[in-house]
Amino acid sequence: MILDALLLQLGYNATLVTIGATLLGMAAGVGGTFLFLRKRALVSDAISHATLPGVGLAFMVMVLLGGDGRNLLGLLAGAALTAGIGLLIVHWLTTRTRLAEDAAIGAVLSVFFGFGIVLLTVIQSLNVGQQAGLEGFLLGSTAGMLRADAVIVAVSAGLTLVLVVLLRRPLTLASFDPEYAAATGQNVERTDLAMMGLVLAVTVVGLKIVGLILIVALLIIPPVTARFWTDRTDVVVLASGAFGGGAAYIGAAISAGVPDMPTGPIIVLAGFTLFVVSLLLAPQRGVLAAYLSHRRFQRRVHLRQGLLALAQGQPIYEKLTLRLLRRAGWARKDGVATDEGRARAGKALLDETRWQLVRRDPSFEAAAALYDGLLPIERVLTADQIVEIDKRIPAPQGVPT
Amino acid sequence: MSGSEFVPLSLTPLLIGIFVAVACALPGNFLVLRRQALIGDAISHVVLPGIVVAFLVTGNVATWPMLIGAASAAVFAVGAIELVRRLGRIEPGAAMGVVFTSMFAAGVLLLEQSDTSSVHLDVEHALYGNLESLIWLDASGWSSLVDPVALAGLPVELFRMAATLMGVVLFTVLFWRPLKISTFDEGFARTIGIKTQPLGLALVIVSAIAAVAAFDAVGSIIVIAMFICPPAAARLMTNSLEAQVLWSVLFAVLSAVVGYVLSGYGPLWLGYTSTVSAAGMIATVSGLILTVAAFWGPHRKRGGAPQAAG
Repeated sequence: MILDALLLQLGYNATLVTIGATLLGMAAGVGGTFLFLRKRALVSDAISHATLPGVGLAFMVMVLLGGDGRNLLGLLAGAALTAGIGLLIVHWLTTRTRLAEDAAIGAVLSVFFGFGIVLLTVIQSLNVGQQAGLEGFLLGSTAGMLRADAVIVAVSAGLTLVLVVLLRRPLTLASFDPEYAAATGQNVERTDLAMMGLVLAVTVVGLKIVGLILIVALLIIPPVTARFWTDRTDVVVLASGAFGGGAAYIGAAISAGVPDMPTGPIIVLAGFTLFVVSLLLAPQRGVLAAYLSHRRFQRRVHLRQGLLALAQGQPIYEKLTLRLLRRAGWARKDGVATDEGRARAGKALLDETRWQLVRRDPSFEAAAALYDGLLPIERVLTADQIVEIDKRIPAPQGVPT
Repeated sequence: MSGSEFVPLSLTPLLIGIFVAVACALPGNFLVLRRQALIGDAISHVVLPGIVVAFLVTGNVATWPMLIGAASAAVFAVGAIELVRRLGRIEPGAAMGVVFTSMFAAGVLLLEQSDTSSVHLDVEHALYGNLESLIWLDASGWSSLVDPVALAGLPVELFRMAATLMGVVLFTVLFWRPLKISTFDEGFARTIGIKTQPLGLALVIVSAIAAVAAFDAVGSIIVIAMFICPPAAARLMTNSLEAQVLWSVLFAVLSAVVGYVLSGYGPLWLGYTSTVSAAGMIATVSGLILTVAAFWGPHRKRGGAPQAAG
């Protein structure tokens, strides 16, 4: 069943929804990257909650005009309208009053959502008998979606993705280095507005699939996941789109193929799984990689200190140091150096002595700044410089025999 | 309106609404000043998986398991946010977004997967609660306030919220000085020996307790609104923290009373027979108060050094 769903074999509607969700996930992943890089991830939370009163108002207006209150295009238009108003209010509160952005976000999301709830209860009391679908916008519902609605979702998700791709260059520049972008003549404020417009489009399109409470996850989790794998903006953008699309595809397919699996939460949890895997396993920035590099560093420090102790004939009590020295074949079980160990110890001591001299001499200041107790001095100084340093070593030079 | 109608139907929801509003607004003042306002948002989302897990473990919807489940979920979320932020070196806002959405999604999924049809436990209830249903059936009028038999029938939420409010007030009063100093100048607070990190954590935990207790009665949306809107509006009214806290309490009470009255009686005045969501209306009124403050509050602009144009 799941395999059928993953291979898009579950009928026309389910296939359309899955494709739509995948496109939406990609658009959200790419668009969310810019939000994340500008450290404004939670603005999307305000936008998504601010869609609710729009949905309610659109429903009431359409019913009052004698139409079908559940027309998806009309509801989405209403959602976009109030979400836009909410966004402008966040912007206005942040720039024109002393309130910080987080307070503005929280105020807008709670008040708009509260007002939306009021409207929903009003609609319930209108008794027009077709309000059943509106709660579906809270958590998304793709089960039993009308074919026309599925087409709308798939097409608008595709359009959003195209929009993101068209806007990616100015967005990358502005989110990575706003000052430079402004200096090259780009209107950063307008780019910001375009970014928010994109987020708004993703949110509104995602209402039907993921629901307004969880859509913010689709904008935040993929970029954070992608960031673990690379330091390059363009790669983050691509990877984030891939992660978002992948999570949405897996989630939508599972939800279509297995009963009692709500689409939105499954998509979010699929994204979260990718996030946890990346957090643990990503090269360089992942937890495992960080742990391994810490262990490597620890081993080098222990070996170096052990060699210095051997060179100076000091006994070694630290068990880890002894074990490492023995494993390298540089010391015996009782802590006495082997031949190779003695040679390496002499080398380490010479290196350390040279470093001490270099660090005492102000003319080697730049080189001395690189001292970390591990770096061989040959990597920093030229052979000539080392010869010069060696002359200063207080060795028995020129003593008559 | 006569007492025989008001006391049983409206007095307790009104009081609970006021208690919730003030209990959330008090810590909200510090959260807003510390730019942690969205902690309230995150906590109120993660309460859902907490109560679902508590339900699955105990098999019923008794109060204490629910509260403990919700509170442990809140503490778990705070820890998880910190962990993700440190391990992944991610900015706090994004770390928060990752954790609370995932936990909320897990809660919804658990809810859908488990058989909760026999009990009153659903997402809508978690979001906007049911303040209107907390009525005092044993009351017959104002005289019931001194009648011990009727008093025994007061909804337990009233006592729980009153206790929570007392706890929050006690925390604020006892730790007033360290809270104030560490909120405005954390470095200075540390130099005079205030343990700022445990204090910050304590503030978050007190907020979580207020949120969890309130959530049970009124749902999460009003909790977020009360954490942020009254303190934010109060911030625009004054430059002194003492005055700000008093303003925020006033705004919180005003939102609760006006919101409740509008939701219960507003539609009747307009000629409709049914009522609208009280929680939603209270949030809406707090937003209107913030709007007024943002336009006419005497200290709505940033003080101090002149700001760059923008």
